[in-house]
Amino acid sequence: MGPLLPNDIIPFEWSSIIAIVIGIFFGFILESSGFSSSRKLAGVFYGYDFAVLKVFFTAALVSLIGLLYMDYLGYVDMSSLYVHPTYLWAAIIGGAIMGIGFVAGGFCPGTSLCAVAIGKIDAIVYVIGIMVGVFIFSELYSVFEPIYTGYFYGNITLVDSLGINPYWFVFLFTIAAVIIFVLVDMIRKRVKKVFY
Amino acid sequence: MKIKKQNKHLYWNPYYGGFLLGILIIFTFYITGRGLGASGAMKSSVVAIVNSAAPEHAESSAYYSKFLDDTKSPMNNWLVFETLGVLIGALISGGISGRIGWRTQHSPKITRRRRLIFAFSGGILFGLGAQIARGCTSGAALSGMAVLSSGGFITMLAIFGTAYLFAYFFRKNWI
Repeated sequence: MGPLLPNDIIPFEWSSIIAIVIGIFFGFILESSGFSSSRKLAGVFYGYDFAVLKVFFTAALVSLIGLLYMDYLGYVDMSSLYVHPTYLWAAIIGGAIMGIGFVAGGFCPGTSLCAVAIGKIDAIVYVIGIMVGVFIFSELYSVFEPIYTGYFYGNITLVDSLGINPYWFVFLFTIAAVIIFVLVDMIRKRVKKVFY
Repeated sequence: MKIKKQNKHLYWNPYYGGFLLGILIIFTFYITGRGLGASGAMKSSVVAIVNSAAPEHAESSAYYSKFLDDTKSPMNNWLVFETLGVLIGALISGGISGRIGWRTQHSPKITRRRRLIFAFSGGILFGLGAQIARGCTSGAALSGMAVLSSGGFITMLAIFGTAYLFAYFFRKNWI
C-alpha cells in the first residue's frame, strides 16, 4: 500500500533516482505544453492564450480525482500523504507577491527552469532573480518571521476548513472547471490575437 | 492564397498536457508521499552558496540553519535531484521540437533590456513570495490542491488573483 517510499516498499536508496526520473517527466510535460515561453504563459492574464489555466486545472483535477479513487480502492492511504500546511497570512501575502512576480517576469519557478534548459536568457535572469529573492528573505528573516510562522492552522484540508464532503467538492469543482474552460474559449475569440 | 498567421511553435493540446501532469502528480504522491516542487531547489542552492561563502553566518542565521545538516550537503535533497530531472526533460522536449537556442523572448514593442529588467525583478518577487508561502505554483498550489490542502487553495487564489489585478500595469510588456 502506498506511498511506497515512506512505507519502505521501495528502499530509500532509490529516492534520488526516482526524483530524477519524475523530474524528467515533469520537465518534458511542461516544455511540451509550451511553458518554456513567457509570452504564452502571460497570455492567461490578457486573454490571448489560456494554456496555463487549462493545464493547471486539468492537472489539479486529474490528480485529485485519481488520488481519491486510489484511496477509495485502498492503493494509497490519503491521510499519510503530505498536506501542504496552512499558514493563513503567509499563504495570502506570499501568494500575492508571487502573483506580481508572475505577471512582471512571465514565469513561475518550474516553468523558468524549463526555459533555462532550452537556453532562454530572460529565464536565466529570472532564476538569478529568484535566488536573490530567497537571499533577501533569508537575510531579513526576522522581519518576515511573524507572518511566516504565525496564523498556523496545521496541515488542514478543505474537508476540515469548510466541512465539505471531498467527493461532492471534486464533483462541483469539475463542473466549475468545465464551465470556466468553455468561458475562456469564448473570451479568447473576442480578444485581439497575439503572435509570439 | 491567403496565408494564415500562426505562432512560431506549436505545443501540445493543453488538456493533454494537463492530463499527463495530473497522472505524474498521482504517481509522485503514490511513490514518495509528497508532491512536486520547483522553488525548493533554488532555496537549497542559495543555502549551499551562503554556507560555502560564509559558513559562520549561515550557521547563526535563523533561516539558513534550518536547512543545514552536518552529515550532508544542502544540495543532497530530493527536490534538487528532481530539478536536475526537470532540466533534462525540458532539454529533451525542446530538442525534439527544435526550440533550443540562446535567445531573449520579448514582445516586439519592448526592448530586450526592459524584458530582462522585468524578468529579474519578477524573479526577486517570486523568490521572496515563495519563501513566505513555503512553496511556489508547483509545490504549494498544484501539489497542495491535489490533496485538498487549504493552504494550497489559498496560495493558488492569491497568486492568480493578484496577477489578474496587476496585469493592467504590466500590459505594455506583453500585449
